[in-house]
Amino acid sequence: MSKYLNGLAGVLAGTLIFTLPAQAEKLGLGRPATDDEIAAWNHDVNPAGAGLPVGSGSVEDGEALFGDYCAICHGDFAEGVDNWPKLAGGQGTLNRKDPLKTVGSYWPHLTTTWDYVNRSMPFGNAQTLTTDEVYAVVAYILYSNDLVEDDFVLSNENLLDIELPNKDGFIVDNRPETEYPKWSGEPCMTNCKESVEITMKAMVLDVTPEETKARKVQEMIKATNPRNAPAAEAVPAAAEAASPAAESPSAVPDAALIAKGETVFKKCSACHQVGEGAQNKVGPALNGIVGHPAGAIDGFRYSNPLKKAAEDGLIWDEAALTQFLSKPRDFIKGTKMSFAGLKKDEDIAAVIAYLRSLSP
Amino acid sequence: AGDPLITEVQSWARGLGDGVDATPYGLPIKYETDVIRRNVPWLTADSISSVNFTPIHALDGTITPQGCAFERHHSGAIELAKDDYRLMINGLVETPLVFTYADLERFPRVNHVYFLECAANTGMEWAGAQLNGAQFTHGMIHNMEYSGVPLKTLLEEAGYDTAAKWIYVEGADASSNGRSIPMDKALDDVLVAFKANGEALRKEHGYPVRLVVPGWEGNLWVKWLRRIEVTDAPVESREETSKYTDTLDDGTSRKWTWVMDAKSIITSPSPQAPIQHGPGPMVITGLAWSGRGAITRVDVSKDGGKNWEPARLAKPGERMALTRFYLDTIWDGQEMLLQARAMDETGYVQPTKAQLREVRGENSIYHNNCIQTWWVQEQGQVENVEVS
Repeated sequence: MSKYLNGLAGVLAGTLIFTLPAQAEKLGLGRPATDDEIAAWNHDVNPAGAGLPVGSGSVEDGEALFGDYCAICHGDFAEGVDNWPKLAGGQGTLNRKDPLKTVGSYWPHLTTTWDYVNRSMPFGNAQTLTTDEVYAVVAYILYSNDLVEDDFVLSNENLLDIELPNKDGFIVDNRPETEYPKWSGEPCMTNCKESVEITMKAMVLDVTPEETKARKVQEMIKATNPRNAPAAEAVPAAAEAASPAAESPSAVPDAALIAKGETVFKKCSACHQVGEGAQNKVGPALNGIVGHPAGAIDGFRYSNPLKKAAEDGLIWDEAALTQFLSKPRDFIKGTKMSFAGLKKDEDIAAVIAYLRSLSP
Repeated sequence: AGDPLITEVQSWARGLGDGVDATPYGLPIKYETDVIRRNVPWLTADSISSVNFTPIHALDGTITPQGCAFERHHSGAIELAKDDYRLMINGLVETPLVFTYADLERFPRVNHVYFLECAANTGMEWAGAQLNGAQFTHGMIHNMEYSGVPLKTLLEEAGYDTAAKWIYVEGADASSNGRSIPMDKALDDVLVAFKANGEALRKEHGYPVRLVVPGWEGNLWVKWLRRIEVTDAPVESREETSKYTDTLDDGTSRKWTWVMDAKSIITSPSPQAPIQHGPGPMVITGLAWSGRGAITRVDVSKDGGKNWEPARLAKPGERMALTRFYLDTIWDGQEMLLQARAMDETGYVQPTKAQLREVRGENSIYHNNCIQTWWVQEQGQVENVEVS
């Protein structure tokens, strides 16, 4: 394309206010798309409902479909399994720490849910649901979020009438007003602050993957740095959390088992903290949990079934933990812990040994 | 007396090495097997829909080899042959068109080097120092030279409606990963690319064709690009509502936060690249980039941000591409709290984590471009920390 024509296209695009196709030198490459081809690929649905096909589906049908196609990842009640997305719950959590973002709590438009289920789900078998089945699955997701009753039928006629709770929760990117003026100009070069203190170390959480040089370096730090020696006056939290074997009060701590348990615990660390300064996250902090009465970590909001088990005197001894960790939701029906469970007995034993090694 | 590596004849100096076809398409030598992508298993439910990280701690210069450039897939990396490839342009156009791969290679094409940064890069660090390694904290980035056709050229070929404000792009994989992009950006610098660093895109980077959206978050760079629809409104797909939006402290969320702001990271020394040589001369190096233009300056602090000195840019900054910086210095063997701070051509200065949190809180996930701190200890080990 010549420079002259490039320039002309720019002028046209910039000055004409009525609708015109862009005029530029065309090379005549490609071929016209047929109507059938466009229909086969053009599935997107926008918030105004453009692209939404005729159809309908009930909560009742959706429940069965969801159980068959979706529950393996998203849970029977759309509550999510492992790290797979939770599709229900979380309303009122957006302004809290670690908000729970679901269709009910976060998504602004129901058309987006329809569009995504239609085009990208089920995972590993996308675009296999019929139009009516998509309506049914979306109806069930609404029901899971307490947004419709169990006799509800969703259709192209009423989908746009459903307002999701967070529809007004979004603003257009305002960094140019709120951030850019604040963080521009000549920065300070000398004596920019009075003092500098380390306020947090990554080693406290110790979630860096294994088999990396970083891991080896961490081990080197633990082994060689006098700051990290247990005998030092102020033991850094990192050493305490990361070298439990040295500090364990139990008579014969099996260092290898504990180390293995520390590794297995990474599966838990997305939700549970341990070590000094451990706080309740998605799950409660777990220092001293072995032998501890259930449902008794300060400040954690347990599920009702777990509270009930605690009232009945459940103690997290080795036997109870072993059962719980193998299939949490079988041991306590309705527990908030969405983890599916540890398959191997040796992993369970190791993680219990690790938890036992952490002082309360 | 002397070093036996010098005083004795070594096997490689006596015998013969490999013939020319030992590896028709070469791999790094076995001594560099540590320089690989890595993932963080606890981050995601399954590696099919997940992310791994570029080993930036072990690379130099600015170009990322495709083989170790981070991957992010939503339904896995698909195998799509060039012969099976079709690109459709439909919607508000004079003539909806279908292109084959061979068609695309017949359009006038351009070459540009651009960084691609995932919006979630450094996202795990919002709430505090978490991962020990530049690879893990800052490795959702790569920088390649792309060869491709300006999207504007293809839109003109279809005769796009000049009143249309948006395009919608999607991939051929099961996720389709659809995103809406304003027409102004589409016409400005977006490319439909088929080569990276001179060779065909690797499967994991969208072979045979991906979108390149300079300076904007990686999720928009749709891989296995199959359709471009000219529209009058954004689709507000899953990826632009439920994901890739930034929740503030009060619970409201920013949407359409496409631009990646200026950012820098010291890649060495860093937790995976400790100082192993003891006190004396050393090179502190890292990368800087901005989605709003060229990097103009990088400062380095050794004392956690109290005092700063300008680093040397290996080359003048290029727009929306990685810039390599060096601070050639003497290490006295004492602890350091290393930080880098980037500035771009708009005058923007990379903020501290505290500054970011003051505006956005701790729940944003995406677009964390804060100044990173590495604590270099007396033995040369390095740890990811936060400072006051």
